[in-house]
Amino acid sequence: MDPNANRNLLLSVLATMLVLVLVQVAASHGTEYQIRILNNIAIFIVLAVSYNLVNGVTGQFSLAPNAFVALGAYTSALLTLTPAEKEISFIIEPCIWPLSVITTPFIVSLLAAGLVSAVLAFVMGFPVFRTRGDYLAIVTLGFGEVVRVIANNTQSITNGPLGLKGIAEYTTLWWSWGAAIVTVFLIARLIRSSYGMAMKAIKYDEAAAEAVGINTYWHKMLAFTTSGFFQGIGGGLLAHLITTISPTLFTFFLTFNLLIIIVMGGLGSTTGAIIAAVLFTWGGEWLRFVDEPMDLGFVEIPGIPGMRMVIFSCILIFIMIFARHGIMGTREFNWNWLCRKLGVGGRSR
Amino acid sequence: MERSPLFCKRDRPGTGLVELTFFLQQMINGVALGSLYGLIAIGYTMVYGIIRLINFAHGDVMMMGCYFAYFGILMFSLPWWASFVIAMALTAVLGVMMDKGAYVPVRNAPRISALITAIGVSFLLENLGLVVFGGRPKGFPTPEMFSEVYEVAGLMFPALVVWTPLLTLLILSAVLFIIYRTKTGRAMRCISHDMETTRLMGVDVNRIISITFAVGSAAAAAGGIMWAMRYPEINPLMGIIPGFKAFVAAVLGGIGNITGAMLGGLLLGVAEIMLVALMPELAGFRDAVAFGLLILILLFRPTGLMGTKLPD
Repeated sequence: MDPNANRNLLLSVLATMLVLVLVQVAASHGTEYQIRILNNIAIFIVLAVSYNLVNGVTGQFSLAPNAFVALGAYTSALLTLTPAEKEISFIIEPCIWPLSVITTPFIVSLLAAGLVSAVLAFVMGFPVFRTRGDYLAIVTLGFGEVVRVIANNTQSITNGPLGLKGIAEYTTLWWSWGAAIVTVFLIARLIRSSYGMAMKAIKYDEAAAEAVGINTYWHKMLAFTTSGFFQGIGGGLLAHLITTISPTLFTFFLTFNLLIIIVMGGLGSTTGAIIAAVLFTWGGEWLRFVDEPMDLGFVEIPGIPGMRMVIFSCILIFIMIFARHGIMGTREFNWNWLCRKLGVGGRSR
Repeated sequence: MERSPLFCKRDRPGTGLVELTFFLQQMINGVALGSLYGLIAIGYTMVYGIIRLINFAHGDVMMMGCYFAYFGILMFSLPWWASFVIAMALTAVLGVMMDKGAYVPVRNAPRISALITAIGVSFLLENLGLVVFGGRPKGFPTPEMFSEVYEVAGLMFPALVVWTPLLTLLILSAVLFIIYRTKTGRAMRCISHDMETTRLMGVDVNRIISITFAVGSAAAAAGGIMWAMRYPEINPLMGIIPGFKAFVAAVLGGIGNITGAMLGGLLLGVAEIMLVALMPELAGFRDAVAFGLLILILLFRPTGLMGTKLPD
């Protein structure tokens, strides 16, 4: 047992309260643009931390988060839209029965989004975890694509390529940062529990983990299902932030963004995932200048839309070649380390 | 008593023949599409067979091949055949550059790192394409020779349907010749068994791998040009879907096995065309067929139809 456990708990509570105070300040004084970016950051923290649980901690290279985000977004959007709104939206084919009459509060729709995505993850897990390594990547990629194709073709449920419009903008800073804090807290607890230890063991050596009696299959399933749950919630938050969703939002591109984040942060580090989610979202906004025309005084560079993604792709390749461990490697932030650095001391073991 | 529509249809004289013609016609289309998948799959399967890397960027290399051919014809006014040959050569160079620039530095890294690098290269090519060529689709100038339609015994043979399998066969034989009848090919087969030992035997492993990338990319360019003539339009994101499907074809046939990739491609092409022809209401799901097949095959026969080695 860590002798500083009580102090660390207190520090964690204080840090959480500090974040909440900052959220309150941002919500009351921030401009619409700043609030939007902060919302995006929080949602990306939810998505990246839960994606990292599968790819980083358990070492199973899944490429399917877009499937869970899509399912979560659609589930929660369909649950909060009122029957009248659905009637207006579904112009080609009417919405099928139970969905066409249900309207639930936002919180219920979020939880439902999480649960439905978790169920999908659980069911997907059976075939997916019969494969390993590259094949697992390709199979999950396939599932991600299949979910998108289904969303495109089930006109009476998802409204097909038209997508859903007029979703109420329920996602406030409180919702998104609340979800981010809860997600980080729960996933960090999970990683530090015996289940998390088993997941790490699977990452480092699956055969050895199996040999010491870890049920690798069910631990992978646990990681995948948990991750699916939080990604579903992230999807729900996203839908109620951007208010319009269509299948094109949930392509492999979304997975690619999350992949850059967790690779940049260091595969396996929750702290890294959080730092990288902030850097990526904020940096993405900051980098907008490369898409716009630039006047360097002596020469004028015309705007090149899409340049940002070129830069992000290069960053990913460079990280892989020169800094494979990312910002944090597999290390995690902890209070003992910070206090030692600051010279505050505390009792040592 | 009212008759079911199916019964009525059978009643009409001569319908049996029409159905047979319809079936054969779809078969022909399926084989043409399938050989195209097979042609693109050659590059996937060669690279995977040798360095166990899923080259995610293969479909995008194919896209670049199409643009090279496009610019060859329209900007430099080359005759189409010269343009196609130059496009294949340039794409081969691109493949080598990709290997040297991105894959050599991660060759000894964990396989997941190599896979992530490949995903990065894929996105880099797509977005460079968007920046340099623009996102607007461009019409591909199909040479007249490839746009004719022959009719034999009630069956339609667009020239492409004839040329694609022929070209595929030609390239397949060339690749098989390189692999089984040349010294380079022997080195490739050695590397796929044991890269370190091959290196110790004095083989320049990196050179051989580059040659593999060159051959695979040239085949992809040929496939891409055929693809561009089939759907006469090119855009920077066109490589994604054929790339994925070609990969599925390679896995179906047993990845690393070149003849298998061809068979997998044919199977996939025919399955897709048949789904659209026989169940038109499910046509929207045609892109899901490939992945459905992939998942089934990996669950029940993980080494593919012709594969022998177990994937790890």
